[in-house]
Amino acid sequence: MALNRPSEDDVVVAGVGMTPVGEYWDISLRELALRSITEARQGAPTLRPQALFVANMLAASLSAQAHLGTLIADFAGLRGIEAVAIEAAGASGGAAIRQAFLALKSGSVESVLVVGIEKVTDKVGPLVDSALATGTDADYEGIQGITPTTQAAMLMRRYLHEHNAPDDALSGFSINAHTNAVTNPNAMFRRAIGLKQYHNAPMISDPVNMFDAAPLADGAASILLTRRELLSNNSQHPCIRIAASALTTSTLAIHDRPDPLNFRAAKQSVENSLNMAGIGIEQIDFFELHDQFSILAALSLEAAGFAERGKGWKLAQNGDIQLQGEIPISTFGGSKARGDIGGATGVFQAIEVVRQLQGEAQENQVPNAQIGMSQCLGGMGSTVATHIFASDG
Amino acid sequence: MEVSRHWRLNKQRYSLVGEVCPHCEHKLFPPRDICPDCGEDARDLFEFSGKGSVYSFTTVSQAPAGFEESVPYTVAIVQLDEGPLVTAQLTDLGDKPVEIGTPVEMVTRKLRSDGDQGMLIYGYKFRPAFAA
Repeated sequence: MALNRPSEDDVVVAGVGMTPVGEYWDISLRELALRSITEARQGAPTLRPQALFVANMLAASLSAQAHLGTLIADFAGLRGIEAVAIEAAGASGGAAIRQAFLALKSGSVESVLVVGIEKVTDKVGPLVDSALATGTDADYEGIQGITPTTQAAMLMRRYLHEHNAPDDALSGFSINAHTNAVTNPNAMFRRAIGLKQYHNAPMISDPVNMFDAAPLADGAASILLTRRELLSNNSQHPCIRIAASALTTSTLAIHDRPDPLNFRAAKQSVENSLNMAGIGIEQIDFFELHDQFSILAALSLEAAGFAERGKGWKLAQNGDIQLQGEIPISTFGGSKARGDIGGATGVFQAIEVVRQLQGEAQENQVPNAQIGMSQCLGGMGSTVATHIFASDG
Repeated sequence: MEVSRHWRLNKQRYSLVGEVCPHCEHKLFPPRDICPDCGEDARDLFEFSGKGSVYSFTTVSQAPAGFEESVPYTVAIVQLDEGPLVTAQLTDLGDKPVEIGTPVEMVTRKLRSDGDQGMLIYGYKFRPAFAA
């Protein structure tokens, strides 16, 4: 199969910007968002966004601030444009890019700014866990005192049990992510770890230890999208297009699935994306998946078709997921080591894919990267947004 | 205060009342009115036996607000004997370790309290069931 050829109505990337992930005590949500917007707009200074989609999950709970579309459009000097926030828990970023893609393809707008923003460190402890738990089924999961960490722990235990995998089967995901983050200046944790550190890590929610779970922090990322016909030709970067965009859903509660270890929405989302792009899974050069928990990396690889059921963890053991491997993942550290920015994740991932395809990933460069896939999950695969990006070559 | 929110779930919280699809006999918990299996209306009430086994579990040490006083507590996905999975805390565990497959039965316990002045919310948890 051959990738669909570039065309004039392709949705293309006009500019990207992201802040380092970390703890921003000194600036507010809107200021953090603006930093990434300013950087993204430098990619196409004459292209004024006609619409703004803000991806965010936690501001209503943790900052008592909803209505982010208008807030950020106004603050960014874009008062008056169409602006709205998109929420799909951890998949918000991918969902917002999907909405931008649809808006551009419809012809209704000619340029869309997507901003992923999460400002979580003003609160700590149980309030943060409560906010995260709002992404679960409140009546039937939340009321039992669970959080996404609890859900991931139960999936991980079941996975290790069903597949008779060793206790440290998933360690390779964390080790790979931390290795790749060392050379990413935007990453929160830039220290490599080894198996010894993994084994000695404190347990958070057994069997999920500290290195199986990503640290939640602040960050903002922006991507400016337009159609190819509207992009000036004097850009110094190779043109990157969105070759496919798909969003699918499964059940909100994991107990409502006949087989919780089968991420059906992820499988469908990848299939839809591949069909739209006109390629097979083997043509994907690298995969920015959502490793908020190490078990999610294994299940996402299996759902996408990179590994058979129960074998996803082996890709992390044999080096296949490394930058030089068969299917590199978390190439800038992923959620695990770059840092987990909640609903902004999908926008960070998209920019990381773009940098790879532009050949600007420096020490994190995947060799011969032509086609990259990003995928973010809302909850434990309840919402799945998948995008395939391609360079014109 | 969210009295109505919890009150309207009393049948589910106290007696595991779900539904059975009259078209394909699929048992549903929680109730959802449309059968996910065959897509038909499924509004016939069905009370589950409360018997099941542990599908998976974990221990929560970092609790969300409202659950801090219960820490540490064990949460499980329980497979009910009639088929559905349900998320619930485990209780009355004693010294015997929980395992995947451990038989359990439903009991009614306090789930959380809404602060000093708030109401107490009761509902289902599961405890180990031993052969009689």
